Amino acid sequence: MTAAQPFSVRVREIVELAPSLKRFSFEPAHGGAFPTPPAGGHVLLTLRDGARVMKNAYSLVSPPSERARYDIIVRLVAQSRGGSSFLHRRVAAGDVLEMANPVSLFPLASTAKKHLLIGGGIGITPLLSFLPELKARGARFELHQLATLEEVPVFERLLAPYAAGEEIRVHGGGRAAFDLAGLLARQPLGTHVYVCGPHSLMDAVASTAAALGWPKGKVHKESFGGDVTGLPFRAVLRKSGIEVEVGESQSLLEAIEAAGVEAPCLCRGGACGQCATSLVEGEADHRDDFLSAEEKAAGTLIMTCVSRARGPRIVIDL
Amino acid sequence: MTVQFKPAETFRDTFTYKKSPEDLLRFPFPFPEDSYMYSVNIEPHVRGGPTAAFQAVFDIDEHYIAECKERARVLAEDPKRCQVLPHMMTAEWDTLELIMESLAADYPEHFTLSKDGDAWTWVNRPLGIQQSFIFGKAETLPCGPFEYITRQAQGDFTLQDQREDNLFVDGGMVTTQADWSLEFDIGMSFHEWHGPVPLAHEKGVFDRALKYLLRLQYGQPVRRLNWTMTVNPRLDTSPENYPVWGPDKASVTPQNVADKVHLRVELQTLYRLPRSNAILFGIRCYLTSVADIAKVPKWRRRLHRVLRDLNPDIAAYKGLPRFREMVVDYLAPLDDGAPTSAGIAPDIDKIEA
Repeated sequence: MTAAQPFSVRVREIVELAPSLKRFSFEPAHGGAFPTPPAGGHVLLTLRDGARVMKNAYSLVSPPSERARYDIIVRLVAQSRGGSSFLHRRVAAGDVLEMANPVSLFPLASTAKKHLLIGGGIGITPLLSFLPELKARGARFELHQLATLEEVPVFERLLAPYAAGEEIRVHGGGRAAFDLAGLLARQPLGTHVYVCGPHSLMDAVASTAAALGWPKGKVHKESFGGDVTGLPFRAVLRKSGIEVEVGESQSLLEAIEAAGVEAPCLCRGGACGQCATSLVEGEADHRDDFLSAEEKAAGTLIMTCVSRARGPRIVIDL
Repeated sequence: MTVQFKPAETFRDTFTYKKSPEDLLRFPFPFPEDSYMYSVNIEPHVRGGPTAAFQAVFDIDEHYIAECKERARVLAEDPKRCQVLPHMMTAEWDTLELIMESLAADYPEHFTLSKDGDAWTWVNRPLGIQQSFIFGKAETLPCGPFEYITRQAQGDFTLQDQREDNLFVDGGMVTTQADWSLEFDIGMSFHEWHGPVPLAHEKGVFDRALKYLLRLQYGQPVRRLNWTMTVNPRLDTSPENYPVWGPDKASVTPQNVADKVHLRVELQTLYRLPRSNAILFGIRCYLTSVADIAKVPKWRRRLHRVLRDLNPDIAAYKGLPRFREMVVDYLAPLDDGAPTSAGIAPDIDKIEA
């Protein structure tokens, strides 16, 4: 229950699945067990390459029953200068990394009569965490994975443990040969569709489903969300007489607290109104549910727990 | 901590329920300031906090065994107090896992959970239970997993499914409730089941609370305190049993008010569950008589001021009008007008005899 602090994980094993695909297994660096991984959940890894700090989200592919290790699969993106390149080229078994508590923004619907899973390329990863959960529920499902021709056997191997007696297919013929409209049209009433992959695929599934009259709530797209993040900025705390730098994955409130200034707060999610602070200079990027549209437009208050600066600098009355 | 359980105390008929001085000081007093109005008073459910009631994920106190017995009695009389809709089976297992793991970690002297793959063994020493079962196989437990574990926990629980950008109360174990009915509410959406609450809708409290809860994250539970007042230390004040407890309100007199009337506090906790993505809502009920509250100087001053100035619509909704004045009259001479510190902590570490 201690509100999720990042924890240290040790790389237990790295397996090359294909020339550009590696599976990384992590274990808790200080022993014990991980929290039960949420179905469709992801973790945020902090990767430190010298002075450069990257925070990348990866879907967990391990089943909810597996608490000794967390697995992710990472594709090396051509010309990557970011996290995937760092993980593929610089991280070795035994290394210790920082991981945030898993988050689930891509859950399975409990009322679905049937689950239709569609993955494109590396978008297979959250679907791999769905499969053991769907099996455990005894739920009806169907899975279609799109892949390049050379990666078809790789994905078939990953899906093999769940394939017996199930409708699981890997398509290597490209998007043009994949009859998305036909697939969606023949689903029984009460089916929910889940898609993860390139934006073009996710948009195609959403628009095709909409055109066929699927209710919006039955179409689910993978999302890593995180609406507290944004461009870094500087906040001047007028009463305290200090300035704080707010990093891109940090909230204004967290930066204020890190500087040792006690700031009012309660829910830390933009709902209760406790952290409302006078905005003296600069413009706020309001992300809370507390201030009215008029109050937001007036621009004299900011909710430090979720809202940010629109611009490089703000001055607040703290 | 060494809790001395009081298995024989009762919450009906003879009402032998009593608080020890230690139990009184751990009471989660619900008023952080001298006045009260509805707000989205939700905060992270982190260990620690102003009293010992906030030390564990699920708080166990000296009334644990007696409360579990009372729950069993209520269920025997009215099995519909526990209901879970069929699509919440995954959430039932999530609940069992969360409560068993939390109790075993927080109270190793009372509870032990051992696992060999899916073969689990649960030991509950206060209730004398040892149960081996297969996680995920409901037929290996004497009843459904949600009912099984919530029969062994203090306080009520409901399960909320999240769909269509809303929450639906699709299950619950409700035997210690402040006049609401699971049988009536089951399947309702967030705004439906909060329908009767006055003032808060107009203030947008429920719109904001719903948006907040839809974003509730796994591993980051939150909590809030709610309150009302109950005549006699009766846990089961359900609409179904109104004929049993409703007349109690007429029994309050200026002579017995301090012992009869209890401040009823709910320590409400909300957890996102991993497999199901449902929300588990814990509603842990604490009862403290006005006479006991009067033993804590800060609390008696503040309760007096809150009740004296309470909005009449809120007083009516909480069912206080028949005895509010009597409580205020009892507390008034005990309020010396001194300022009170912010927050709910008792500010004393010992109750004067």
